[in-house]
Amino acid sequence: MWEYTDKVKDHFLNPRNVGSIADADAIGEIGSMACGDALKLYLKLDENEKIVDAKFQTFGCASAIASSSALTEMIIGKSLKEAEQITNDHIAEYLGGLPKEKMHCSVMGRDALEKAISCYRGEPAKVVEGQVVCECFGVTDVQIERTVRENHLTSVEDVTDYVKAGGGCGNCHDAIAEIIDRVMGKSPKPKKPAEKLTNIQKIRMIEDALDREIRPELKKDGGDIELVDVDGERVLVKMRGRCATCTASQVTLKHYVESKLRELVTPELAVEEVQP
Amino acid sequence: MKTIYLDNNATTRVAPEVVAEMLPYFSERYGNPSSMHSFGGQVGKELRAAREKLAGLLGARPEEIIYTSCGTESDNTAIRAALAANPGRRQVVTTRVEHPAVKSLCEHLVKEGYRVTFVPVDQSGRLDLDYLYEHMTEDTAIVSVMWANNETGVLFPVEQIARFAKERGIAFHTDAVQAVGKIPIDLSASAIDMLSLSGHKLHGPKGIGALYVRKGTKFSPFLIGGHQESGRRGGTENTAAIIGLGRAAEFVSDHMEEENTRVKALRDRLESGLLGRVSHAVVNGDPENRLPNTSNIAFEFVEGESILLMMDGHGICASSGSACTSGSLEPSHVLRAMGVPYTAAHGSIRFSLSLYNTEEEIDYVVEHLPPIIERLRQMSPFWQNACEKTA
Repeated sequence: MWEYTDKVKDHFLNPRNVGSIADADAIGEIGSMACGDALKLYLKLDENEKIVDAKFQTFGCASAIASSSALTEMIIGKSLKEAEQITNDHIAEYLGGLPKEKMHCSVMGRDALEKAISCYRGEPAKVVEGQVVCECFGVTDVQIERTVRENHLTSVEDVTDYVKAGGGCGNCHDAIAEIIDRVMGKSPKPKKPAEKLTNIQKIRMIEDALDREIRPELKKDGGDIELVDVDGERVLVKMRGRCATCTASQVTLKHYVESKLRELVTPELAVEEVQP
Repeated sequence: MKTIYLDNNATTRVAPEVVAEMLPYFSERYGNPSSMHSFGGQVGKELRAAREKLAGLLGARPEEIIYTSCGTESDNTAIRAALAANPGRRQVVTTRVEHPAVKSLCEHLVKEGYRVTFVPVDQSGRLDLDYLYEHMTEDTAIVSVMWANNETGVLFPVEQIARFAKERGIAFHTDAVQAVGKIPIDLSASAIDMLSLSGHKLHGPKGIGALYVRKGTKFSPFLIGGHQESGRRGGTENTAAIIGLGRAAEFVSDHMEEENTRVKALRDRLESGLLGRVSHAVVNGDPENRLPNTSNIAFEFVEGESILLMMDGHGICASSGSACTSGSLEPSHVLRAMGVPYTAAHGSIRFSLSLYNTEEEIDYVVEHLPPIIERLRQMSPFWQNACEKTA
């Protein structure tokens, strides 16, 4: 028996936004019958690229249906740009967590959304991005790399739970292990932009890094962080939740937040806490 | 909510008669049957009576029964014993649809350097006997073929295969965990050398199994220890469970006819009721040669775990060959070996009945399951296409 949260059960038994949109602006399709799960996502946008409606059709287990339902709820009302920021982790988090073995259901949600957005923008479908590593489930090295990086995966088993790769014949286990070593072994190269960032670019990147990487980590310990201002290379933040009263928060701030921002945005940044 | 239990190939309800007979062995009759004093020795006597009851169910002699902890131990013991008894022979012949207790062991044996032949089945799950016979050679230490498949209920002609093996001097073992108690078995009139069974599949307790070893079969123990089971399996006897298994053997023997008439009729009622109400649904497995209690139905274009969880909401218990319920990503190896397409394998549900099921329960399932399938199909992106194609 799988242990599902009440939220997963609710979205499975009472899925939101099931169906199709006849005049959809974007459709993203992922998975197949052979894989055991598949999702078709329909989006309706207004003139400002805001998602005004989303519907889904899903073939799959309870968590696949729940992830699809959650995804539609998460993106309706968001701009395409905002929706683009959603990761599989956000979907899982929205549902109060998914069993490890079911994380691939949240990845399917993210992939369908990505496909729908590419479809809307008229970008070529990234079907053959990279080399297929797992023949059984048709998973490429690019997909595996991305999932390993985003979710900090350390074992072949983890990769199988997230993207299914390696769950069939097992012939690709060595290749997956090599990818993990490549991604996790070496520290990721800081994405140092060639030219100087404009202030607005910098703020966006900082916010993105806070959302994707830093906040989820702090939340695990009951904390949170708020961006107050960016002044040149100074990043002014307020610590929230448990972090606000935690004596170790200065260490967290310097060692974790600052180094993460330096890695993900630009190496010159210095983080300072604004006292309330 | 009432529980409708249609998952008896997973485990069965311990019959109240069995429980009643076991209880004293947890309390006042706690003696060790090996003891010299009459307090323990009395328990030994009662174990002998239980052994006779189990032997009676199989048409075996009491001394041909070795108690084990479960079906898996029985299977491991049988295959390892045959390999140990025939050190010059390096091949095992089995099927592609065995229970993991045999399948995983055989895969492990390959790593140890043995050759294992996995005999294929056809679309109905019937064994390719020509292939099987062709691959039995002078190098074959043991042939292990299950009596009844746990997922589809398909029965294999094990007595015929055993005779063929005997003529060639090859040991034959059958995993009869699903067959014992559901169909009549008479080992006195067969050539089967070893047979595995499990208590909890026949209304007995969990934690007890048995291995039948025909008198004269070369054997070496799996668990080495005390003199119990005539030195063939060490370890103090699980007295309460052995007593329970003896009573369970009597119980299923008394109800064998009912299993093959009333329970079979209920199974058929369930099957025809569901197939009559749900389109794109097929029975997996040979309908002619099946256990009387098992029905495996593929509901195309929907996924098994979703079906199970929605049925769970109505108190209906069954199981699925879907990947999502097994913790692996591939659907059931049994259905894949049969060539059941993915469209159907992922949505296959196994119903397995018992003496405790009623017509009312079956009708409840026939009423409540079709709307679940319909609901999930309405969500499925493949369903509309399928309807258009067949329209």
